[in-house]
Parts: sequence; structure tokens; C-alpha cells
Amino acid sequence: MSDIVISVEKISKSYQLGVIGTGTFRGDITRWWTRLRGLPDPFAKIGETDYGNRDGETIWALKDVSFNVRQGETLGIIGRNGAGKSTVLKILSQVTAPTSGEVKVNGRIASLLEVGTGFHPELTGRENISLNGAILGMSREEIRRKLDEIVNFSGVEKFIDTPVKRYSSGMYVRLAFAVAAHLEPEILIVDEVLAVGDAEFQKKCLGKMNDVAHEGRTVIFVSHNMSSISVLCKNTLWIDQGSMKMLASTEEVVSSYLISGVTSDGLKEWPEGYSQPGVDEFKFYEVRVVDAEGRVATKLDVRKPFWIQMTYEIKRPLPHCRVGIRLYTELGVVVFEAFDADDPKYTGARQPGCYLLRCEIPGNFLNARRYILSAYAGIPNFKFLAGAESILALDIENTGAVGSQIANLVRDGVVRPQLRWSQDKVEYVASH
Amino acid sequence: MDSESALTPKKEWDLIIRPQRSWWDLRLGELWRYRDLIWLLVWRDFVAQYKQTVLGPLWYVIQPVATTVVFTVIFGNIAHLSTDGLPPFLFYMAGNTVWNYFSGCIMSTSNTFTGNAAIFGKVYFPRLSIPVANVFSNLISTGIRFVVFVAFLIYFMIANPNIRPTLWILSLPLLIVIMAGQGLGMGIIVSSLTTKYRDLQQLMGFGVQLLMYATPVIYPLSTAKGIWRWAILANPMTPVVEIFRLAFLGISSLPPMYLIYSIVFALIVMLLGVLIFNRVETTFMDTV
Repeated sequence: MSDIVISVEKISKSYQLGVIGTGTFRGDITRWWTRLRGLPDPFAKIGETDYGNRDGETIWALKDVSFNVRQGETLGIIGRNGAGKSTVLKILSQVTAPTSGEVKVNGRIASLLEVGTGFHPELTGRENISLNGAILGMSREEIRRKLDEIVNFSGVEKFIDTPVKRYSSGMYVRLAFAVAAHLEPEILIVDEVLAVGDAEFQKKCLGKMNDVAHEGRTVIFVSHNMSSISVLCKNTLWIDQGSMKMLASTEEVVSSYLISGVTSDGLKEWPEGYSQPGVDEFKFYEVRVVDAEGRVATKLDVRKPFWIQMTYEIKRPLPHCRVGIRLYTELGVVVFEAFDADDPKYTGARQPGCYLLRCEIPGNFLNARRYILSAYAGIPNFKFLAGAESILALDIENTGAVGSQIANLVRDGVVRPQLRWSQDKVEYVASH
Repeated sequence: MDSESALTPKKEWDLIIRPQRSWWDLRLGELWRYRDLIWLLVWRDFVAQYKQTVLGPLWYVIQPVATTVVFTVIFGNIAHLSTDGLPPFLFYMAGNTVWNYFSGCIMSTSNTFTGNAAIFGKVYFPRLSIPVANVFSNLISTGIRFVVFVAFLIYFMIANPNIRPTLWILSLPLLIVIMAGQGLGMGIIVSSLTTKYRDLQQLMGFGVQLLMYATPVIYPLSTAKGIWRWAILANPMTPVVEIFRLAFLGISSLPPMYLIYSIVFALIVMLLGVLIFNRVETTFMDTV
């Protein structure tokens, strides 16, 4: 089966910044009237293309994006924040129209970001299932057929005749998800970035998506999480600043995505005058990798510890601020996340000033392969301060790795730790 | 990929998403496919409105009766406005019943886009389902008010043999359709414009109230003279209210043929409304 079910042809989407319209009702009417007669816009500045706004700027959230999705394919979409991923989904789900281009679709599209849309707090769970189902495009007959199944799946049978305003937020989400999960669309759209709910619920979403994909239906999956993309999607589209950067097999796209912007000389700096990652009150200036001899390095000995050093500046006192790192493999699998707040001596409060933060990565811990480093800062559950995504590549060298005194082989695994082993001679007696 | 799609037999796509649909691509068939949704929205409005109230749907009775009593006291007993010789209570109740349907339709449809932005921003369904459902939910409350009105009418007819409904009663469905058309048409035009000009929402509240005074609801057309009569006749709701009173109370000074004006107006405003609405719905999420 290689039928194309979604064909996206050169779609673009522009948004207007600043004042929309000419600013006055009269101005808009005049322009509308002249346009209707096919005359040039009286409000357009000479030499300026008419985007429909006078003094605002136009930004292109998407520019000439084209791709095809085949029946049964799972397509991933990745990109940095604001790259246009969500805009693609909005156009596919017909929430907004593209500025130019065309999308052709075969089959019903449903998206898991619509969970709970149109729930009315005064109505009971059962009543809301019907209403929500209809909003998502089910017929009354279809809803009646699936009602019991939905109620069972939701796990809120006991409260199904209680108004949903009395539900806990967990019950609410479970019920809403149960409806969405029974839509049986031919094409499912999942935006993990926008997915609400707790970790369990997100896992449920991913599980549902997996089921759908295995049933041979088509899935479009937007995520920041490279490992879920790698697990679930065969092909991936990378959108960067509104344009298609790459469309190929997931493995290829993810590794190029992760090493894009990566420097492999062991030092990443954002000098004064460049846009340092961060907000006004927090800025990264530099991240470097230092080996056991104190040199900036990218080739690291697998047996020896090394240090990650981050220089940053704080402009205002930031309580509970934490700074940390995340290490990925080239395929986007997260090896670990660690924060300075993990340290027992961490106090939380941080006064304005410049700081140099060091983190020791022990020897005999990482495997001999390439890792990608990101640095972050934030106040947990409150504010994201800075994210320097995928900035440095670290190559751990295989010389004298754990076990290489016996056989110098490449080992599987994201880490290659030195574990403690011990052995005694025993008599084996079956335990039954 | 191109060569492959050329090989596969040419097939029809279920859905084609384009930047702007043509003016006349109204997708009314799609609206019909979503009729279950419209029905459920009507039902939701009805059920949800009086949940957790003690009197429940009884409010549909209390509201018109209370309003009519106030009108009777103020306009009848204090201001002594003419009611063409009809019992003031019945006169005001008739006017109220019709007017409420129209004002209900226009008020509820006029915030379609701004009031439902949260849903519209997440999921697609024909946007017109919402105002169409509003028109039907208003019909339910008007139906209850109408039953109350008929009850009072029968009571007054027993007491006063001069009150006699006429054959114009048969035009009731037409009157309802005209009001629904005018209310829906004007409501969705306002709704489409409020995505850009939020001022219109402010205007709506008292605008509709002012319009009531330009319609013979609390006075009969016969009291308006000269230029005022023409001004009131220019109001497309005037014939509807007058014919309603002619039908049920038997008195009106308006030649029934004026109803044609209302019909034509309703058709034009509906068409215009649907066209504009259809135009706005594809991109309103970017401006709302």
C-alpha cells in the first residue's frame, strides 16, 4: 500500500504583526471597495507588496512546505520552538487556512490535541461524551454504538451521570481522552508539545498512537522528544524557521537535527553582542568541556573523568534557579539530565553576578561514542530561563575502555559503566 | 513520487484545503452532515441553561410574564400608551413573544466567533453549526413563551369576545422563519465583523434594545404618524410584529403585503451573512 493520503503542496502561512487592517473601519471599507473593483490598494505604500496590513510586518510562519504522507505511514515532525510545526498541524486540522498552497486529504483527520474540547461543565459525563463526540465529527449512531466502550475505557463509570464540573482533573482528562481514543480516524495527529496532562496521560497518548500506527492507520507526530520520534516514526520532517530543512528517514533527520549548530571543538561561546541563550535576567556566555589535564577537549578518554563548565550571568536574584545539562546520543536518546540542584550543598537562592559552574562526569561511565550536550536553566514548575540546545559534540574514545584489556570490542548501550563484580565458588542446590 | 501518482488512477480527494474558498463555495452539504452536532448543541443549550436551578425550565415562563407585567404597569398604567383597544397585558405579551425570538437569535449568533474561539482554535467542524444551533435553541424557549401566551390569550378570549384570532395564524411558521433569517443573518454579519472590530459587541447590547423601540412592540403602528410611520415601516421587523398581532389578536393597521418586504430583507441579509461568515471562518483564528 503506497497510497498517498495527505498531499501537502507548497503551503505557506503568513501572520501579520502589529496593527491588523488599516486601523479604522472606514479605511478597511474603502480598501475593500477598491479591491473589489480590482484597483490597487489606496493604503499600500509604493513599492510594498500588499499583505493586507499597512504598518505591521508580515512574518512567514511557513514557507513552501511540501510533503506527502502515505497510507499507514508514521511521519514525525521536529523543529525548534516557533519553527512552524504547530502551524502545519493547524492547517491540516483546518483550524486555520494556509496563505497559499494546497493540501489534499483522503480520510478523516483527528488530533489528540483536541482532548476535552467543548466539554460543558454542567453536563454529565455521559452527556459530554455525546457532545464531544459530535464536535470531533462522530455521528450520533457511532456515538451510541461506542458509548459503553468509551465509558469502560475512561474508568469513571461510577461518576458517569455526575456533571463533569465535579470531576477531578484526572477524571476529566481520562474521560476526554476516552472519547478521542475511540474516534477511529484514518489519520491521527498528535502534538506532544501541546499535550496536556500528567506523565501517565502522555504515556497513554503515545500508547494509543502506537496502536493506531500498528493498525495500519496514518499518524503524524510532532514532538521535541527525539527518542519517541525515533521509536515511533519511520520518516521525519524537520522544519526550521518555517521552511523544510530535511525530509528523510528518522535516523538521518534526527542525527542531523541534533548536530546542527553543534561545535565539536569543545567550546561554545556567545560573545557580547551575539544573542546569548536566555532571558533578560539569565544568560549563558560559554559552555566548555575540559578534560582531566585541564584542557578544552572534545576527544575524551573513556576511563578518565572530565568536566563541563558553564559560564553564565544573573542580573536579578533568582530563587530556586537551577542550571543543568542534558546528554543525548546521536539518535536523540537522552542519556541523562542533571542539575546543580542535585548537589547536597545547593542552596537555591542565587545573587546577581557572573558564575562558573562545573559538573564532573566520572570516568568509566559513558560509552565510547559520540554524545550531544545541551545546557539549560530554569526555575522548576515556574519559569524556563535558558536553553542552549545541542551545542557541543563530545567524542568519547575507546582507548583502554572497561573490559578492553580482555577484548577491545565496541559495546552496545548508551553508557558503559564500570560496575562492581564479585564471585565466590558455591555448590548449587536447587531451591524447590 | 510524481511518476507514481501519475500511475495510480485519478481519484477524488475527500478534502482539499485551500487558502481562500470562493465566495460561493458555501459547503452547506457539510453542514447537513453535521446535523447531529447541531441537534446536540441545541440540546446542550437547553439542558445546561437551567441545570442547578430550583425552578428549572419554569424560568421560561416567569421571564416573559414578569416582563409583560412591568410593561403593562409602565407603558399601560403609567404612560397610558395606546394598545389599539386591546387589553394591555395581552398586547405587550404578544409583542414580547415575537420580539424575544428575534433579539434572542441576533444576540446569541452575534458572538459566534469570539465566544467559541477556544473550540474553533482546536477542532474543525462547520462553523455555521453554532449560529444555526442558536437559532433552534431560541426556538425552544420561544415555543414555551408562546404556549404561555396562548394560555393567556384563551383566558382573555373567554372574558372579552372582541378578541378573535384571524386566519393569519397560518402564517406563524413563515413569521418564525423570517425572524430566524433576519436574526441569523444580522447576527453572523456582526459576528464576522467582531473578529476585527470588537466595538460591535458593545454596540449589540443596547443596539438591539434601541431597535425594539423602533419596532411596534410596546405601541401599535397606528399611533405612529407622518415621517415616523415611514421610519418604523422601514424596520423589517415591523411587519412581523404587526402580522403576529393581526393573527392572534385580530387588529393591525398594516397592510399584510408589507410582509413581502420582511421576506426579501431576510433573504438578502441571510445570504450576505452566510457569504461573509464563510469568508471569515477560514482565517479568523489569526485575528481574533
